[in-house]
Formats: sequence, C-alpha cells, structure tokens
Amino acid sequence: MDVEAQTIETRRGAQVRVFSGGPPDGRPVLFLHGLSGLLDDPRFAELLAQDCRLFAPELPGYGASGDEALFEDMLDFSLHGWDILVALGLDRQQPVLIGHSLGGMLAAEMACLAPRDVGGLVLVDPLGLWLDQQPIPDVFAMLPYEFGEVLFASAERAAALLPGTTDLADPELLRDFVIANARRLGTAGKLLFPIPNRRLSKRLYRLDVDVLLVWGEDDRYVPPAYAEQWTALLPRAELVRVPGAGHMLPYEQPAALAEAVQAYLARRPAPAGVPAGASS
Amino acid sequence: MAVRFTWFNLMPWPELPDDFRQTTRSVWVDIPNRLYDPVRGNALYHEYMDQLEYADALGFDGIGVNEHHQNGYGLMPSPNIIAASLARRTSRAAICVIGNSIALYNPPIRVAEEFAMLDVISGGRLVAGFPVGTPMDTNFCYGQIPALTRDKYAEAHELIMRAWAEDEPFAFDGKYNQLRWVNCWPKPIQKPHPPIYIPGGGSIETFDFCLDYDYNYSYLSFYGYLAARSLMDSYWERVAARGKDTSPHRAAFAQIIAVAETDAEAERLYSEHILYFFNRCLHVYAGFLDPPGYRTINTIKATSLTRLQRQQQRNLPEVTWQQLVDGGMVIAGSPETVRQRMEELIKTLHVGHVFCLFHSGNQPDDKTRYSSKLFAERVMPHLHDLWPEWDHDERWWIHPLESRVRPGPPITATPAEAPVGAGAH
Repeated sequence: MDVEAQTIETRRGAQVRVFSGGPPDGRPVLFLHGLSGLLDDPRFAELLAQDCRLFAPELPGYGASGDEALFEDMLDFSLHGWDILVALGLDRQQPVLIGHSLGGMLAAEMACLAPRDVGGLVLVDPLGLWLDQQPIPDVFAMLPYEFGEVLFASAERAAALLPGTTDLADPELLRDFVIANARRLGTAGKLLFPIPNRRLSKRLYRLDVDVLLVWGEDDRYVPPAYAEQWTALLPRAELVRVPGAGHMLPYEQPAALAEAVQAYLARRPAPAGVPAGASS
Repeated sequence: MAVRFTWFNLMPWPELPDDFRQTTRSVWVDIPNRLYDPVRGNALYHEYMDQLEYADALGFDGIGVNEHHQNGYGLMPSPNIIAASLARRTSRAAICVIGNSIALYNPPIRVAEEFAMLDVISGGRLVAGFPVGTPMDTNFCYGQIPALTRDKYAEAHELIMRAWAEDEPFAFDGKYNQLRWVNCWPKPIQKPHPPIYIPGGGSIETFDFCLDYDYNYSYLSFYGYLAARSLMDSYWERVAARGKDTSPHRAAFAQIIAVAETDAEAERLYSEHILYFFNRCLHVYAGFLDPPGYRTINTIKATSLTRLQRQQQRNLPEVTWQQLVDGGMVIAGSPETVRQRMEELIKTLHVGHVFCLFHSGNQPDDKTRYSSKLFAERVMPHLHDLWPEWDHDERWWIHPLESRVRPGPPITATPAEAPVGAGAH
C-alpha cells in the first residue's frame, strides 16, 4: 500500500495531518486513532486498505496536527471529525467510521450527530462509558512505565511501539514519551478528564445503524465489562471478542481486527446511489 | 516597619504512622482517610488556631492559612472557615489567606463574597491569595481539566475583580461561568481591593500576571531560601525587564524556622518534628505531580524526569537534620544564628515579606510557642528595618479601619436590664 501523508485545513481553521491509502474506487473509511495516537505499525491499515480507501487523521495535539487550543469540549471535537470529512470530500459518501479507544468515543459521538450520514460504525475498545463497578484506570496519574502494562497485553509490543514506557527505558526515550504524552493527553483530557464520560450514553439511541464492537479480551484499560454495556445501549450491535489483545488491539491482533471489519463491511454494502468511488 | 513576618500554619496531621512511606502511596489525593480521627481533630484544630491567635499576641505582622484538599499535611480544605474565626479572635495582625483556589469555586463569585466578608469582619485586615492551585488539589481532587485550568483561573480572576470593582449589577458571559446578575454583597473594606498575593512556582506567565496587575508574587517553597535563589533571581530580572520598580514588597517567601537558646537545643527540640514533615508529609505520589496538560511543554522540557522511573518509586531516602540545615531548607538555631540566616534570606531573595513556618509536622504546642516567642522577641526586631528605602511602601499591605470594631467579651449572662424600648406597645 502506498501511504500518502497530507496536511489539510478544516473550515474551523485547524491544520490536520491525514494519512491515506487504498484503491481510488475503494469504499471510504475514516480511522480515528486511540489515546496514544497513531503508532508505528501499519499492519491493520495495510490489511484494510487492500479494499478500502482509508483515511487516518491525527487528532488535535497528536503528531503533526496542531491548533489544539481551538477545541474545548466534546461537541468541538465531534464537529472537527465531520469537518475533516468535509475537507476530504467524504461527508456525502457515507463513510464508514472506525474508532479505537479515544477515537471510538469520538466516532460514536460523530455518528450520533449525523446517524444517516455514516455508512457504518466500528468501535474498537472504545472509551466513552463509565461503570462504577469497573472504574477505568486514571491514565492521567499513571507513570510512564505503567502505560505499557495497562494498554498492551504484550510487554514486547509495548516496548516496540511506546518506547519510554518500559521499566528500563533510557532517559531520552522517557523524555520523548513524557513530552509527547503531555501534549496528547493534555488535549485528550478535554474529553477524558477526570472521568472519560461525556454523557454519550444519552445519545446512543440515535444510532440506527449496525455497529460492530471489537474488544480485546485482555484489555486492562477499558475492561471487557464495558462491551456488555455498549451492547446493551446500542440499538443494533454485534460484539467480537479478540483473544491475545489488550486495549491496543489494532497493534496486537491486526489480522483478527481486519477480518472482523471486512466481514462486517461485506454484510453492509455501500448504499445505492453512492458509488464507492464517487467524489463530491 | 518595612519587612513583614506572617506566622503561617499548614495544619499537618501529626499522627501519620512511622512506616507511612513504606505502606502508603501518597500523602495527598488518595491518602487512606481512615488515618483521620475526628476526635483527635477536635483538639488539633483548636491547638492550631490558638497558635495563630498567639502569634497575633506576639506581634507578628500577619497570620496565615491556606487551602489544600485530601492532604495529610493540610487540614484546611476551607481556609476561610479558619480565617473567620481568627478575624473574631484577633484584632491587629493581617489575616493572610494564601489563598482560595479561585478556579475551584462554583461560581467563583463565592470567593469575592467570602473574602469580602472576611475583610469586613476583620475591619480591613485581609490579604487575599489567588493560587492557580496544585495539580493534586485542582485536577485530581477537584476534577478540573488540566489543560483548561489556567484559562478557568484567568476567567475566575476577571470575575472576582470586576465583582469587587463594579457598583452596579452586571452580566458575566464567561466560558466557564455564566451569571446574569453579578452583584457582590457585601463588598470589601479595602479599596480598590485587599492586597492580592499570587503563589507561584517559577513560570514566567505567573511573573507577568503579577506584574501586569501589580500583585505580590509569593514563592511558597518548602525547600528553603538557598534553593530559591535562582527562581527569585529570575523573578527580579523579569521585574527589571518590565520596567517596574524593585520594591521588595512585590515578593514574599516561605521559610521553615526553628529557634532555641542554642543551635544544639534547636536540633534537640525540633529535628524530630521537622524530619516528620520532610520524610512523611511530603510523600506525594509522582503520578499526581504533573498530569498531562497542566504544565506547558517548555516547562516539562526543563524538568528532570528521573522521578518518573519505576526504581525511583521504591527509592525513599530519608533526609537528615544536617542536610536540612546545611541546605537552608530549615533555618534553625539560636536567635543569633537565625537572625543571620534570616537576614541573608531577606537580602538575597530581595523580599519584604516572609511567611514563617514555626510549626512543622507533629511538633507539639509548647515547642511551637517557645520557638515563635524567641523569634518574635529576639530575632524579628532586628529584621524589620532591612529595607529602609522602602519603609513607606504600603502597596502590598493591609489598610485596616482605624476605628474598627473589636469583638465583644464572651456573653456569660443575660444583661440585667432590658433594652430601651422593650415592653413598649
């Protein structure tokens, strides 16, 4: 897959770096990354981009996307998601939204705002709900070495993809992680602090779309009990549990995730009247 | 009288167990609250408040309280409650509330009202502190979003100052506070407002905030005057760069002090209690110190991050008395020793106001009073006149009513005579 990186500007005036790839006539898919951003492992993207036209923007405060001061609350971020689709010319093409972690919370909010404009919704270990019996760890009070343990099932994957979070991290890697993490979670804190619940549960009734939920069985950050709650709240949802994956499922079991997504998309063909490769 | 001394009590909990650091993650935020005993607390509040009143009687210029939440070394989630009692039971000293974390009051007009009440009850003796607040208090205990904390603080400040200044009701359409009718009632005695102190930790943004409004910059460090030198030098460089006068009253500093007849007696009397403070009370979990979004990226780049490593979490070296004294964290000794070092503090940091911490950790009442009295009688008189050229600079000090009302005597019996007019139809 040829991955292209471009910087777009939304109508709000935010600069956004977007990675894209896949066949020009492929079905448009927007992938929204999780709370640690896009990590250096393209396997899931490559598998998905075999058939789909995949777009993966960096959220404000992540990577090369800036202008985080423009965004204050959930509505700002949700509209930003749609503004990105407008800037990419995808908003009238019934894009499929795939959101992981923080991005899952955002994708669900976007879909609640405009349920008839989405061609499908896939939520991978999403944040956004809160269960008193299953409190989500306070990621804002975690020390660097705890991130790897909480987010990944596999310590090796943690060390490879989030260097600086391991026990014996060298001081420079530690510093890089702390600085990037301060910027990322500083921005994401507007949606996640102190409790990652912005009352999304009140709006989920609007999602009259089949939702695919995919959950890592070893997710220690948003434990699988949350999958049950999503299933209960979503009008129509299918749950796929993936063994051998923690919260960072797309980077731990990319093939299993891609397979589940492809099966879901196969059952949901692109709507008539919206050619897969139509441009607006 | 140029240099001011405020007797300050953090109000620590004195019953933290010997193995506190080994068995507990943090003294702050998630401290096990079963360690708190309200019966012990009953005696303790009165002991601490009696000490503050005693400091007024000893002639300290001010008496000081502050705000912390879920904190083993601070028993004042609401310093205003303590200050209200002090306003009644004292009649001379400034009442320094350093301060109210204004972004935490919902709405912050509450601070304008309560500070006005304190200023009126005390007859114009309030010094009003507006801290941004630590991450522990502001973010982890009170749930404010780290990246928005400073913005919310700035809005709260604007609201409070307008509420004090305006003579007509006004509408306030803020990002965090929408109030259709702002109408501060009562209003403070001191005009245009009580002296305002901003506790800071060295950021240039806070230096500039103080200089923009001519507020006092207070560095409330626990690590003493030697370690504070570079931060305060940066502050004074900024003052000069901004073209402001260099009145020492623009700045205040906090210092742990312990006075005895001799240096050896000071160690014998106080070391156990001050070590309790450093080795137990300051045991704060590293994960609570800097949530993402609280500090700017540039500030983080300038910070040492070794405390974030796992091995550091198990590394709990005990500080020693000698380290504390040599490092200036503590100014302790005979009146002459303390005088010399206090003079060095005042001169090198260029400050006109010292928040003096005479009570530390689990120090008992008699030692605290002994130390405070020796300082008031044999040290303080030699330090008041260190800034003769700024002797008449009252910009950062209280302006009480000359004719202020003192509290009446305790009522022990019903007055013998009925008031005039009683019984008339």
